[in-house]
This record gives sequence, C-alpha cells and structure tokens, in this order.
Amino acid sequence: MEAFNIAIKAIFIDNMIFAYFLGMCSFLAVSKKVKTAFGLGMAVIFVLTITVPINWLIQENVLKEGALSWLGSDFASIDLTFLQFIIFIAVIAAMVQLVEMIIEKFSPSLYGSLGIFLPLIAVNCSILGSSLFMVQRDYTMVEATAFGFGSGTGFFLAIIALAAIRERLKYSHVPDGLKGLGITMLITGLMGLAFKSFIGVAL
Amino acid sequence: MSTEIAEVSEESAVALKTKEPAEPLLSKRRRRIVSDPLNEDNPITVQVLGICSALAVTVQFKPTMIMSIAVIFVIVFSNLITSLMRNIIPNRIRIIVQLAIIATLVTLVSEVLKAYSYDMYKILGAYVGLIITNCIVMGRLEAFAMANKPYDSILDGFGSGFGYAWIILVVAFFRELFGGGTVFVGTPLEFDVYGSIGNLLGTTLQTNGLMVDSIGAFILLGMIIWIQRSKNGYVEH
Repeated sequence: MEAFNIAIKAIFIDNMIFAYFLGMCSFLAVSKKVKTAFGLGMAVIFVLTITVPINWLIQENVLKEGALSWLGSDFASIDLTFLQFIIFIAVIAAMVQLVEMIIEKFSPSLYGSLGIFLPLIAVNCSILGSSLFMVQRDYTMVEATAFGFGSGTGFFLAIIALAAIRERLKYSHVPDGLKGLGITMLITGLMGLAFKSFIGVAL
Repeated sequence: MSTEIAEVSEESAVALKTKEPAEPLLSKRRRRIVSDPLNEDNPITVQVLGICSALAVTVQFKPTMIMSIAVIFVIVFSNLITSLMRNIIPNRIRIIVQLAIIATLVTLVSEVLKAYSYDMYKILGAYVGLIITNCIVMGRLEAFAMANKPYDSILDGFGSGFGYAWIILVVAFFRELFGGGTVFVGTPLEFDVYGSIGNLLGTTLQTNGLMVDSIGAFILLGMIIWIQRSKNGYVEH
C-alpha cells in the first residue's frame, strides 16, 4: 500500500517535470509530435523501472557506510558513498545499452520506434535524479521500484500532454520571439499549475 | 639543381612561417568563442540545453551562485580534459568516457562542498549530482572539445558556463524578489525589499508564493527567453 502511494505521489504530485524540472532537455526537444513523445515516454518508464531497483541494490549492498559488512567484519567500516555518482551513471549507461540490445533482438518493431531515443536516455536527468532521490528518501526495495515506475509514468504523462498541445499550437499565431522554446516554457508553467490541483491526494 | 633545393627550402620556410600561427591569446575568433554563448548562442535560451538542473536551484540567489560556480568549474575542466584526450578516446565508447570525466569532476565538487559549505550542500542536494547529466556539459564535450585544441576548449567552457550562469542568476534574482520579497539573501548585499517598501507605505506587502514554486520558474524563464530573443532577433521555426 505504501509503495502504491509512493507511485501515485511520484506520478501526480512530485511529478519529475513539474515539481523537480528533471528531464527538461528531452522533454522540450522531443515533444513536437505525440508519436515520438510516446516512444520516448515508454522508454523512460522502462529504463527507470529497471535502473532504480538496481541502483538501490548497489547502494544498500556496496556503497552505503557499513554495507560491505557481508564480506567480513574487516569491511564493516568502509564508506564508498563518494563513488555514488560514478557508479550510478555507469549502471544507467550500461542498462540503457543492455535494454537497447535486448529490444533489438526480441522486438525489432519496438526497437524501430524506440531505438533512437534509448541512447538519449542515458543523459536524461530524470533517470539519474530518481536514483539520487531514492537514496535521499530511504526507500525499501519495493518502494524504490514503485518510485521508479511512478516517476517514469509521470514523465510519460507530461511529455504526451505537452506534445498534444504543441501539435495544436502549430495553427495558432505566436509572436516571433516567443515561438518554440518561449511559448513551450509558458505552457509548461500553466500545465504545472494544473498539476498542482493534485496536491493532497493520498490513498 | 641547387636553385631547386633553394626553392624547396624557401617554400618550407614559408610553410613554417605560416604554420607558426602566433595567434594572439585573445584573437577575434577566440573572443567570439567566449562571447557568442553569452548572447546569440546562449546555451539555455537559444540551444535549449541544461534546463534540467538550472531551474530547481533558482529559488534564492546564493545557492544559484554556488551552482553556477560548480557548473563553470565542471564545464571548463571537463572541456580541457576531453580536449587533451580527444585523440586517444575511441569513438564508439566516447559517451561513457565523457560521462566518467564529468562524474569524476562532479564528485570532486560535491566533496569540496560537503567539506567547506555543508548548508549549501544540503540545499543543493541531489542537484549537484545532476550536473553530470546537465546537457550543456555533455553538449560542449561532444560539439567542441572533441574537435578542438585545449586552450580554445577552455575558452569555450568559460563562454558556455557564463552564458548559463547569467540566465539562471537573473531567474533567481526575480524569483527571490517576488517570491520572498528580498534580494541576495545570505550575501553581504542582503536587503529586504518588500519589508522596507511596506514600512515606507505603512502596510505589509504580500509575496507571491507561485514564484517560489516551480511554476514561477517556468513562466519567468519563458519571459526571459521572449525578451532575449526579441532583442537578438532569433526566431525558431
């Protein structure tokens, strides 16, 4: 139940985009068409649901202070937290590569639609951000997985919604200086305002 | 025969002369490398890079300043290191190599911050780590440092770093002013604007809570982009 609550919270209230500004680069760059936005969103959900639990396992069993005690009492005082950034980003890059290879092997059609977005995801801030938040908030394994899935879904919803608005926006008359990024920023702000109405939702 | 040799040697002398560039330390081209990202090629407002970590820390001026310094440090040094290594990095694994360089530098920044300014470390939290995935840093490595000499790469790093810094500092200034009613909290220039205006008029001014929220940052940045693009005439199609 707690895990479910965390997932709902990550989707609507603590939305990666609207509350933490994470993944903005790809959010802005790949939101011109609903179809491509859908592909990227799915890939993000997929990668987040896999990498957050893996990074959780690494954090709990290798990096945390005293986490290495399973190797023997000599290792109990080792604190490898300073390696966190490098290990996490390496895991993410490796997972993305792996996921890409697996999808290519088993589902060429899915690879065709997701393919170009997968390498992009390695440097998507929301992926690394979720892992770092997961550490800050002391989740359990199940909660971490739910959080990863929830964050991904939140990103997915946000990017689909924005892409749909931008498709419509093509037919409206926007001042020259505001075209493209400017108007997208303002729309994102207004969408964030709408998402604010979910505050207080709890199960 | 002898004249031929003389000619050749003369030619090589000419070639040597032209090869020895003696390009001034701050030639026009190099000044452009620094100045372009500040305005017409700004990483945030024109190239749409690095917005991820930019907005989250801009609630107040001081953390934003620390963040800017951290980003400038990381971008300059990662540019330098990548540029020095550019000929030995295998093309296929260059992304991982670049990420490793950036992650090492960010770890350095984070440890220094933890040691000397723990409050700031707490405020910036996960966002220091997120400099790793700041698209500006990756973008500059890919687009510039992989193909240019170290000194030019350093200049490019400074240009992009400052181009990023001034935009987020402007955003932070206004968010703090409208959201908290103060400017430069935590620095020697700290001043309670709303408080003193309120005293002058004998009322209390309400601050705008929306500005402290992420929404304020989106709308403010949209406005800044609008103003800047109308000024330099850049239109996106």
